[in-house]
Amino acid sequence: MKEVEGGPSVLYIDQHLIHEVTSPVAFLGLEKRGLKVLRPEKTVATPDHNVPTINQHLSIKDELSRNQVEMLKKNCANHGIVYHGLGSEGHGVVHIIGPEMGLTKPGMTIVCGDSHTSTHGAFGAIAFGIGTSEVEMVFASQCIMQPKPKKMLISVNGKLNKGVTAKDIALYVIAQISTSGGTGHFVEFAGSAIESLSMEGRMTLCNMSIECGARGGMIAPDQTTFDYVKGRQFAPKGEEWDKALAYWKTLKSDANAVFDTVYEFDAANIEPMITFGTNPGMGIGISQYVPNSDKLTGNDKLTYEKSLKYMGYDQGDKMVGKQIDYVFVGSCTNGRIEDFRAFAQFVKGKKKADNVTAWIVPGSRAVEKQIVAEGLVEILNAAGFELRQPGCSACLAMNDDKIPEGKYSVSTSNRNFEGRQGPGARTLLASPLTAAAAAVTGKITDPREFL
Amino acid sequence: MSYDKFTTLTSPAVPLPIENIDTDQIIPARFLKAVERKGFGDNLFRDWRYDKSNQPISDFPLNQAKYSGKILVGGKNFGSGSSREHAAWAIYDYGFRVVVSSFFADIFQGNALNNGILPVVVSPEFLEKIFAAIAADNNSQFEVDLQNQKFTICATGESADFTINPYKKHCLTHGLDDIDYLVSMKEEIAAFEAK
Repeated sequence: MKEVEGGPSVLYIDQHLIHEVTSPVAFLGLEKRGLKVLRPEKTVATPDHNVPTINQHLSIKDELSRNQVEMLKKNCANHGIVYHGLGSEGHGVVHIIGPEMGLTKPGMTIVCGDSHTSTHGAFGAIAFGIGTSEVEMVFASQCIMQPKPKKMLISVNGKLNKGVTAKDIALYVIAQISTSGGTGHFVEFAGSAIESLSMEGRMTLCNMSIECGARGGMIAPDQTTFDYVKGRQFAPKGEEWDKALAYWKTLKSDANAVFDTVYEFDAANIEPMITFGTNPGMGIGISQYVPNSDKLTGNDKLTYEKSLKYMGYDQGDKMVGKQIDYVFVGSCTNGRIEDFRAFAQFVKGKKKADNVTAWIVPGSRAVEKQIVAEGLVEILNAAGFELRQPGCSACLAMNDDKIPEGKYSVSTSNRNFEGRQGPGARTLLASPLTAAAAAVTGKITDPREFL
Repeated sequence: MSYDKFTTLTSPAVPLPIENIDTDQIIPARFLKAVERKGFGDNLFRDWRYDKSNQPISDFPLNQAKYSGKILVGGKNFGSGSSREHAAWAIYDYGFRVVVSSFFADIFQGNALNNGILPVVVSPEFLEKIFAAIAADNNSQFEVDLQNQKFTICATGESADFTINPYKKHCLTHGLDDIDYLVSMKEEIAAFEAK
């Protein structure tokens, strides 16, 4: 909208999403200044980070969590913001419900006080996570101030191998460029392997773009995008649709666009991925061995060794065959219907391993209902799995869904940081297919053995 | 968010020579349940600072009396991960005003600046010199001069220039935040919306 002299740009926000954890201090700040939310119709709220995933009809037991959720509800009522509360039809993880409702559309600017806002970039939207001060800025002015990012192009071309999903592409790319490779950049994903992904796969990939340090990731909108958006609650209708579509079709980078940084990868080199360390860049193909630290020096080496020690792994260890204790399927990364279809199809006719505790957590009420409608819940139950209720759950373990100290969890979520899934928890990031293979065997297993 | 103005600072520094320090380490998610901005400093680096029976872990730098000061020095890619501004609040609340690294994750850097914390980016070589200076003398002093954008190792006199957006420098020097500025743009915003 405007460049501040010698400073950041002022960016107008088309859609603001809020949740219970990063909004209360922003509301408080706003009230201290005697202001109201400027454009409440452009903000949508839902509690997700901090909610239980069982017995959602009961009052939340944890007092602090309950207070935070109630505070969100109260703040929304005071400021005229639409609120999708626990148990309501619209409830879910904020990055799942936005696209589901058709709030997320190509060409929009979308922000949320959550780093995985990059998810919405899958639609060709400019979407990124912000801090609470910035949430307050959007409340007060519908704008934020941002330095201009550099541009990065990541192309993945070719046909994806059997058992390789969008999650594996994401983990592969991050392993190649590291968790800081995208810092200062906005990433555009392109190439035939990316174009072949469904919208849900594209969301998984863009969701993880923050894990390489990028401000956000995006994919040019195409027919797959338009087909997904059409008919959704907040999608344009009739003539408005035609007008919007004509505009959306213009939203792609010029053929001769200049990028500050370019990476090209061959889909043929990607196998199902799994992480072995404590950041999402520490991932390898599932058939590989834990790399050694010979080439590292100084703090790099110390940090790497600290990470392996935390995980209880040694250099040169083979990943396949390692015992696991938990499986977590869900989160804004892999909590959509296709993820549960893939998981259910895999475990159909098999049994959950006795040593595994599995948490199967839909990303939203709509996903939960779809799981039931498609009969997936019977398949899951027959295989010894129970479906929980929507929320962020064990992805960040703010609620009671905490992986116990020292235990290993194959998780479809996005971060394997120390303690991310509970104090002392050890996270192995993977796709829903790889999670399913681990769930039925009780150990790290190459899902391709069963496909 | 109100914070104290920043101009110059001379202080010893606390070393944290670990890379990719993510915001889940700076402040674990289970401490994000507050609805007000207070007390986060107590839980800064909680799981590195305290064991499960809440006893201080003696070899963690924040628990070592030999280290003190308002400057935190971390390994590269400091502040990666979650956008939680609570990370910046915890660092400020604990008493740090400057974080030095060879680079910062974007969201953390923005959050720091919005909360009166100066993120100072130095070269990997200079970062090593800072760690070395602290190792040689735990009480080694460092001078941070925002006006001249200079970070100096007082013991050796070596200094490094750092960059900061001129607008953010103005904000930090005067204790201002972006919201006042944005609210003053009301008419321009309405005009933009009408387009």
